[in-house]
Amino acid sequence: MTLPPEFQDWFAAQGWQPHPHQLDLLAAQGDTLLIAPTGGGKTLAGFLPSLVDLKDGHKGLHTLYVSPLKALTADIARNLARPVAELNLPVRVEDRTGDTRSSQRARQRVDPPQILLTTPESLALMLSYEQAPQIFGSLRRVVLDELHALAENKRGDQLMLCLARLRSLAPGLTATGLSATVEDPRALADFMGGAAIIHADPGPEPDIAMLATARPAPWSGGGGHYAVPEVLAEIRQARTTIIFINTRAQAELFFQALWAANDDNLPIGLHHGSLAREARQRVEAAMAAGELRAVVATGSLDLGIDWGAVDLVIQVGAPKNVKRLVQRIGRANHRYNAPSRARIVPANRFEVVECIAALEAVHEHDLDGDPRGPGPLDVLCQHILLTACAGPFDADALLAEVRTAGPYRGLTRAQFDDCLDFAATGGYALRAYDRWQRLMQRDGLWRLRDPRAVRELRMNVGTIVEAEMLKVRFRRGGGLLGEVEEGFAATLVPGDTFLIGGQTVRYDALREMVVEVTKQPTRQPRIALYSGMKLATSTQLSHRVQALVGDRSRHWVLPPDTADWLALQEKISTLPQPGVLLSESFPFQGKWHFALYGFAGRNALQTLSLLMTKTMEDAGLGPLGFIATDYALLIWSLDAVTDPAPLLDREALRAGLGDWLGGNAVMKRTFKNVAVISGLIQRNMPGQRKSGKQATFSSDILYDTLRRYDPDHLLLRITADEARRGLVDFDRIEEMLDHSPHHDHRMTGRVTPLAAPLLLEYGRVPITGAGRDRMAEAEAQALMAEAGLA
Amino acid sequence: MTHAFDFAGHALEARPSGALFWPERRWLVVADLHLGKSERMARRGGSLLPPYEVLATLDRLEAEIAATDPEAIISLGDGFDDDAAALALPDMLCDRLRGMAWNRRWIWVSGNHDPSPVCPRLPGETVDELADGLTLRHQAGQGPDVSGHFHPCVRLAGERRRCFLVGRNHLILPAFGAYTGGLAIDSPVLAGLVPQGIAIACGNRALAVPVGHPMRSGTSRRRS
Repeated sequence: MTLPPEFQDWFAAQGWQPHPHQLDLLAAQGDTLLIAPTGGGKTLAGFLPSLVDLKDGHKGLHTLYVSPLKALTADIARNLARPVAELNLPVRVEDRTGDTRSSQRARQRVDPPQILLTTPESLALMLSYEQAPQIFGSLRRVVLDELHALAENKRGDQLMLCLARLRSLAPGLTATGLSATVEDPRALADFMGGAAIIHADPGPEPDIAMLATARPAPWSGGGGHYAVPEVLAEIRQARTTIIFINTRAQAELFFQALWAANDDNLPIGLHHGSLAREARQRVEAAMAAGELRAVVATGSLDLGIDWGAVDLVIQVGAPKNVKRLVQRIGRANHRYNAPSRARIVPANRFEVVECIAALEAVHEHDLDGDPRGPGPLDVLCQHILLTACAGPFDADALLAEVRTAGPYRGLTRAQFDDCLDFAATGGYALRAYDRWQRLMQRDGLWRLRDPRAVRELRMNVGTIVEAEMLKVRFRRGGGLLGEVEEGFAATLVPGDTFLIGGQTVRYDALREMVVEVTKQPTRQPRIALYSGMKLATSTQLSHRVQALVGDRSRHWVLPPDTADWLALQEKISTLPQPGVLLSESFPFQGKWHFALYGFAGRNALQTLSLLMTKTMEDAGLGPLGFIATDYALLIWSLDAVTDPAPLLDREALRAGLGDWLGGNAVMKRTFKNVAVISGLIQRNMPGQRKSGKQATFSSDILYDTLRRYDPDHLLLRITADEARRGLVDFDRIEEMLDHSPHHDHRMTGRVTPLAAPLLLEYGRVPITGAGRDRMAEAEAQALMAEAGLA
Repeated sequence: MTHAFDFAGHALEARPSGALFWPERRWLVVADLHLGKSERMARRGGSLLPPYEVLATLDRLEAEIAATDPEAIISLGDGFDDDAAALALPDMLCDRLRGMAWNRRWIWVSGNHDPSPVCPRLPGETVDELADGLTLRHQAGQGPDVSGHFHPCVRLAGERRRCFLVGRNHLILPAFGAYTGGLAIDSPVLAGLVPQGIAIACGNRALAVPVGHPMRSGTSRRRS
């Protein structure tokens, strides 16, 4: 296709010139993946072939646009309205998300628009309707926006299964993926099921550098507060600044520190996922209206919302991941052909090295990312159940269709049969549900036994499982402050103070699933930790950091104080080298300390610490506690580790992992997500838990029961598989052992410069034998004494 | 380790499993077994939960019987998730229940989930309530009485645990069944029944904590 004259005129009337990649996409045949930087007119490029194709009219649905964010679909609907009206195209554009009214949904089922904008979850739901063949039969194009973001998690796997379904319903359809810059475009194209790749001009190189500060970065910690004066100076000079910070708690603290020094009263806002939705929307609106000079934000702002006026991005804390850094920098100067401006603020001495390594990677266009694993089976279980909601299906035909989805290309017959069996009977070793199967086979086709199940299954659509959040409110009247994770609320004791929405509050009580607090402006918050998940530094970036630390000839790129620190380390011990796993033992404050520089990310090193302290306990070394960071772990004990080799034995670690994972909270959380996605249990609907008597029970009970009575069950296998990555990250421990096969252990006699910051880190984990019980006992006794009952 | 306490003039023991033992009578009382819950959910077209909850519950109950050697076992209502679940119980499990009841009395107090007498394959008798020194019924009524029904739970050291709730007029037992949820003791209905007293949390050992007592030092509770 080429651009018809009326479209050329329209572009000219706007004063626009079509970008080459927009025309390339128009000319392309078959499935394509467009890789373009932020602001490259990606979305218009995605729709242009549809608009051109639609100028002569089309009966029924023509183009389906899928985006990860509801907010994006509303934006797109507005942006498309103008060309459609001005070119007088016979096209209706509508969106269909969780917010769409039910009357509108019903009408869309009977009379679909030409262009429908939706999310992966709403698409999965629509495909579960009996009318799906009629709705989607006329479909010509599917546009998948922000595909790089969708491909990062299970939403992408579900979307690809839905795309496979759509290809069966509308055999001629073309898929177009739109993505920001990624490290491996070929892999993303394969994820789509194979596509031709079009690269847009990447635009000018970004203007990115470390923020020069008067004071050097501190030895430890993650706040970055030392840089507040320089950050304020940057905000003053820029039009609008986004300050990205890695965790919600750190964002709160940094926001407070900025305001404490904000003598000019610059309008600065705060945006993160724990704030009440209204508070977030206020900040977004103020930002869009140009009323804010800066926003302190976490990943909640990461996706492609249009921040027209933003001209500076400041990243506080280690970027952790080069790709994410590049995508964040793209937020600044959201205009094509203008360089993005970004400054980085390392939070501590180790992070200085990481920031410099990340800057080098950005300049070399060396992006990181872990290869995607095969499509997860819990998502397939849900897909099978939703397919049954639409009508009876043939197992062989469904397997063939599923295999056309990129992530499930290598699915085996046995894996598919396991999932089908789970969907039909629960897949238990004890065949208890012969009479009450969920799916049954009749005339060769699988169908729902009880049609009433449809409602429940549709309610459970999707792969996002939110942590259970509790609302936070002022005790004596006053509005909603935000939300905290239930797990965080459970650790609070009346009198504890924490930060939320930029204010210090005191915890008073938990009443009917609402956390009640009182304002406590004068006191320092005791706890500011309410983000369980911490992102680990990527493997590639960790390797760069290790290589930079180990290569003395390149230390001139580091700030002088950092270079001096490493020089001292080399004098007292040695520098960690690529290929070598360096460890040190030294006495400090009457205890032996063992430091291991694994450069494997904090999740893997935390898991490794747990496994090593267990081995040390068995060996009688008396481990007392540990701390893990992205680069190193430190274990303190009564006796010294003199040879780390037995602690790092791969087989022993694997065996230890199996034992330890059983009762682990991370595993239970992983299992819960798997159980919800696969349809074993229902997700908790908002407000449902307030309804008095609890009919629901904790998924932990199911996990324990299955482990005891059916240890080979499919869901336990999926859970164990997921634990290898994510929070347990055992794969990275193995990667570390492969990457650094040689051990170098030093008995240094004193604290070494590299180990010193570890001694200052907070987040130490004590090792307690029968810890939980002793803790509970102590608390119970204290409470009874307090109440005068004991 | 059990927690001994007095209720309405009787010496009782809260066991860490959630069972109540009355040493004077040698009665073992368990509430809300909800046997057959997974079967009932499957029958109604709901989730296919792991079908092991009857096994898990009976394993625990058997251990309690072995530990206390009771004269009588009392299921305090909702022993079955519904009447049909009692009828659908596999023969093997009925045999096992009869084995556990051998040489002892077994009394099923009926609950809101299982109002009818249990099926003939099961041991024991069915009553609406027991009034013999203490009143035992499924749902708390005119006190003092011992009941179940609400599945009380308490938070202790960051963990949610099933618990006994002991007040002046009501002793409310935790649910003993494997697949049972819980209701927080500060929910309006439970706070209304037991405004002040103690909660005894289940777990590896039974731990008593105060309920509704003013704390001497206000907000300065110790963190552990």
